[in-house]
Amino acid sequence: MLQLKNIYKSFGEGRQRTEVLNNINLNIQEGEFVAIVGYSGSGKTTLVKLLAGLQQADKGEVLYKGQAIKGPGHERGMVFQNYSLLPWLSVAQNIDLGVAQVFPKWSKAQREAHVMRYISMVNLSHAAHKAPAELSGGMRQRVAVARALSMEPEVLLMDEPLSALDALTRGNLQQEILKIWNENRRTALLITNDVDEGILMADRIIPLNPGPSATLGPAFAIDIERPRDKTQLNHIPEYKRLRNDVITYLLDTGADAKRQKELEVNRELPDVKPVMPRSGFSLALR
Amino acid sequence: MKARTIQLLQFTGMFWAIPFVRLFSGEEILVQLRQIWTSIGLPVMAIAGFLLTWHLVAQRVNTSLGRLPGPMEVTQQAQVLWQEHLTERAKANDFYARQDARIAKIKAANPNAKPRRVAFTGKPTYLDQILTSLKTVFVGFIFASILALPIGIICGANKNIMTALNPIIQVLKPVSPLAWLPIVTMVVSAVYTTNNGLVPKSFIISAVTVAMCSLWATLINTAVGVASVNKDYLNVAQVLQLSARQRTFKVILPATLPMIFTGLRITLGVGWMVLIAAEMMAQNPGLGKFIWDEFQNGSSTSIARIMVAVLTIGMIGYALDRLMAALQQKVSFA
Ligand SMILES: Nc1ncnc2c1ncn2[C@@H]1O[C@H](COP(=O)(O)OP(=O)(O)OP(=O)(O)O)[C@@H](O)[C@H]1O
Ligand SMILES: [Mg+2]
Repeated sequence: MLQLKNIYKSFGEGRQRTEVLNNINLNIQEGEFVAIVGYSGSGKTTLVKLLAGLQQADKGEVLYKGQAIKGPGHERGMVFQNYSLLPWLSVAQNIDLGVAQVFPKWSKAQREAHVMRYISMVNLSHAAHKAPAELSGGMRQRVAVARALSMEPEVLLMDEPLSALDALTRGNLQQEILKIWNENRRTALLITNDVDEGILMADRIIPLNPGPSATLGPAFAIDIERPRDKTQLNHIPEYKRLRNDVITYLLDTGADAKRQKELEVNRELPDVKPVMPRSGFSLALR
Repeated sequence: MKARTIQLLQFTGMFWAIPFVRLFSGEEILVQLRQIWTSIGLPVMAIAGFLLTWHLVAQRVNTSLGRLPGPMEVTQQAQVLWQEHLTERAKANDFYARQDARIAKIKAANPNAKPRRVAFTGKPTYLDQILTSLKTVFVGFIFASILALPIGIICGANKNIMTALNPIIQVLKPVSPLAWLPIVTMVVSAVYTTNNGLVPKSFIISAVTVAMCSLWATLINTAVGVASVNKDYLNVAQVLQLSARQRTFKVILPATLPMIFTGLRITLGVGWMVLIAAEMMAQNPGLGKFIWDEFQNGSSTSIARIMVAVLTIGMIGYALDRLMAALQQKVSFA
């Protein structure tokens, strides 16, 4: 369904040039739910933007149903990491903007009903006519999710859509997304910084190695029966093993990258101890 | 009620009145009094100091028209101008009353008669001049906006057009109204030949000159605003697949509105400043012509009257700026 073939992507020219993605290969089957986890700044957003058609790869092919992706399209819905709501429109108007594009033949009342359905799905009915500035970060994130879902795309690209939510809302939305994905067997790509979330939701979880020049790590297939119950997961040995493997892999590659970077820095500036960025993972053990 | 009043005062920029509202609603009296002192007491003191200095300096300056007028003379002339206005209005009312009476009489004698009505042709009063000036600056402002907004949007949307037009804009921007006026006069005279008396030529000349001098702020702000629309919003427009028209009206323009209004605010300010010079030269009835006429007139009260005009110009300019600031606040989103 979605394919990345030998993708290379860098930003900038000359000395400022940063290699972000290095030979990325990914094949997402129709109806599959894939999660990608990776450190902050490794290039996850860049990866989804390539799939959304918002950015072009330097080298390699990005394919949707075998056709090269030239730009964005309604069949690929996107939840932006930074919500990207239009601040001069209310919650309902923000969502309606997309709905009106996808369903141009609908009457106003039809659209409104549709919009309200998705707003209530993310528990924001009371805030439907508020401006984004009046909402909390988590509420905005939910609007962004509702906007993408309301367009009923075949493929859902989600860039850390739930990262600003409390555990409870997060759990609810996870279930909602899974429900929508399951109902029509959509295809979904979820970027996340939460390994548990990845394992709960996805069929496959793939680490993106730390950048620069990030490559994809090995895919971990998640063979846990659906529907998965968050509260029961902890008792499943398969879950524990997977979680352990993924986290160990991430910690190892993170340590490798750190060591390598230290080596490089030490070569140039022998006396300076670099301050490394904190990793972007929630590793808290429950 | 109280919260509403305070909101309204904040919106109109009358921050100094807020402590009064709080005081009367019985909030901590000492705090409010101190507030009133800093927000009103200090400016009032400064104004008093200014008037005193003016008074003292004026006494020592002798011009060909006598001593430079101080605050008293100016206040007095302001009252005289107001009286002149009332007298002139009374005259006009008299005139129309008499005309109506005459027409009624003619109609009574002969119901089929169509007596001619004539407009009163008194000389414009000071208030008429102010009104003309406001009209002129408003029309000039509209001209400027009609020109600057579309060009600004196009410049902002297309880097090449921006690069192409930039030198022209930069060269024309600093030109004084006094330099534009002869050119505008010639062009308007050549083009606007229908002289049907609806709009005097001098009015158009002044308005166009105002537009020529003031449109640049709006043009540049619009262009920069459009060019620097948050990339995230454009990404959204792309992902939602908005048409070019929708992208312009639903995303780019709303995102740019605060910048555009900043530009419009500057444009109106510059326009008002330029207007006086334009009116002087174009002999368009208005505050500029009023000043010019008083200057030519050279009577003992002329300078005081000109000073009244100066203060009027300043206060109207301030009011216009507050108005635009309020609008600007209204369109800016958090
Ligand atoms: N438009 C751009 N211009 C230049 N550099 C960019 C651009 N976009 C991303 N980068 C660089 O690419 C790298 C990866 O960025 P990206 O946003 O894809 O990371 P990420 O994995 O999504 O991080 P996070 O988890 O913090 O969202 C970063 O080093 C960033 O500086
Ligand atoms: Mg990101």
